[in-house]
Amino acid sequence: MRRSRWPFLVTMAVLFFFYLPIIILIVNSFNASRFETGWQGFSLIWYERLFHEPEIWRAAKNSLIIAAVATALSLVIGTTAAVALHRFARSRLQSFHFGLIYTPLVVPEILMGISLLMVFVAAGIKLGLFTIFLAHVTFCISFVAMTVLARLQDFDLSIIEAAQDLGAGWWTTTRRVLLPLLLPGLIAGGLLAFTLSIDDFVITFFVAGPGSTTLPIRVYSMIKFGSPPLINALSTILLVLTFTLVAASQRLSRSER
Amino acid sequence: MKDRRRKLQETLISLPSLFWLSLFFVVPTLFVFSVALRPANPYGGIAPGWTWANIRSLANPNYLVVAWRTVWISVASTLICIMLAVPISYYLARVSAKWKNVFLMLIIVPFWTNFLIRIFAWKVLLHPDGAIKKILAFSGLVSPQASLLYNAGAVVLITVYTFLPFTILPLYAAAEKFDFQLLEAARDLGARRFQAFAKIFLPGVRGGLITAVLFVFIPALGSYVIPDIVGGPGGEMLGNKIAQRVFVDRNLPQAAALSVVLILSVLAPLAAVLILQRKREKSPSLLEVNR
Repeated sequence: MRRSRWPFLVTMAVLFFFYLPIIILIVNSFNASRFETGWQGFSLIWYERLFHEPEIWRAAKNSLIIAAVATALSLVIGTTAAVALHRFARSRLQSFHFGLIYTPLVVPEILMGISLLMVFVAAGIKLGLFTIFLAHVTFCISFVAMTVLARLQDFDLSIIEAAQDLGAGWWTTTRRVLLPLLLPGLIAGGLLAFTLSIDDFVITFFVAGPGSTTLPIRVYSMIKFGSPPLINALSTILLVLTFTLVAASQRLSRSER
Repeated sequence: MKDRRRKLQETLISLPSLFWLSLFFVVPTLFVFSVALRPANPYGGIAPGWTWANIRSLANPNYLVVAWRTVWISVASTLICIMLAVPISYYLARVSAKWKNVFLMLIIVPFWTNFLIRIFAWKVLLHPDGAIKKILAFSGLVSPQASLLYNAGAVVLITVYTFLPFTILPLYAAAEKFDFQLLEAARDLGARRFQAFAKIFLPGVRGGLITAVLFVFIPALGSYVIPDIVGGPGGEMLGNKIAQRVFVDRNLPQAAALSVVLILSVLAPLAAVLILQRKREKSPSLLEVNR
């Protein structure tokens, strides 16, 4: 039977569509021209300028701090959630629990942002790095829980019972059996939470106060009011960083399968 | 005794996430409904007392235009995504395993970049002095004065760009499980190629199709950044109105009323899918009986 060529052609066209803007952006970051109208020679001037923009570095520092603490806390909460969901899978509490973990994944970001903003305003909590941290933990929990849960479902829990039968206490079992088995899942979940936190704009924008600029918020105001070549250079650097991070997490989660 | 200990263990270990998500997800979502019924105070806060004013103001014709635009932009983006994702997933499911992995990687990699940066890249590309505009104007497809940016079309284009991978992946997962011999059987029995595709393949990947639709349609309804950067006044969506009430007017109750509309319109497609699926379970299709 002769196959239609359509599916192949559509796939190729869409891949072109996916890469076109990103390639143009990277190329432009090395363009000496201030405007995006044509090629005026290779230059690193925009990368150099980037180093003289203290606000970008302050924003990057904020982003890193928030991502680090939000990842740490969401890892703890997300992992306990995954263990509960897996171990007590059939209880009624856990089907409610699963719904609670799952719903934030499908709700549009703007709704989470605005609802948190309203609660913070009503409770009189000052908007700033702390409220951003609370919001980031909230959306990271679900992603961590799902990642760790997938890892838990891959292995046989009877070894935990075996450890207990052999006389290991609760603490020993958790530390010597459960945690080492979960480690790849924890690393993958942690990296995911870290990238989501570093990348988030919409929710952050709603709960950020004056003086608590994160990197995506800075990028946003540069897009709206700033200089395009600087964003090209910054984007290219971020691209390389994200690639490295995601590639590392993919490799980790794959090598364990 | 053992049962009670188990119950206690379960409660203890579920407590952190139950507590956190109740406090920072369930309570805030419910709170939006109550704020929608509160008057605003002039300092950007929420005043005591109750009022229907915010709900009533939703009938403002300006909002109706934006609501209608939000729906059609979301529907158009969803349709385009599905029309592109179906042939791609069909192709990926049939290509050799080695190429399959290469293609999947190629589809995912561009989306490791920051969402804002991808929108910015399109803004550059569609710029009046950009390459696409020049080619289109040169070939006479658009007039030299026309703008490719700041309209609803640009919003649809970039929404498709942003969510297409999320429609390809579930459809591909469904197509992987599809038995392609069914298509050959249909052809042998005299079905034309397109007939076999529409009547056998599409119902066969139904589950993936539903997930794919939800993965574009729901986030598109709540879209805010894309219309904000490339939409202009002619491409404004519900999300922009919510943001304007918050950041420009500092009127949280009004923003809450608009958010209630958005919450309900997100729940509608989800509920529709649940009802459809329940109906389907009662009357299994021919395809499932045959398997």
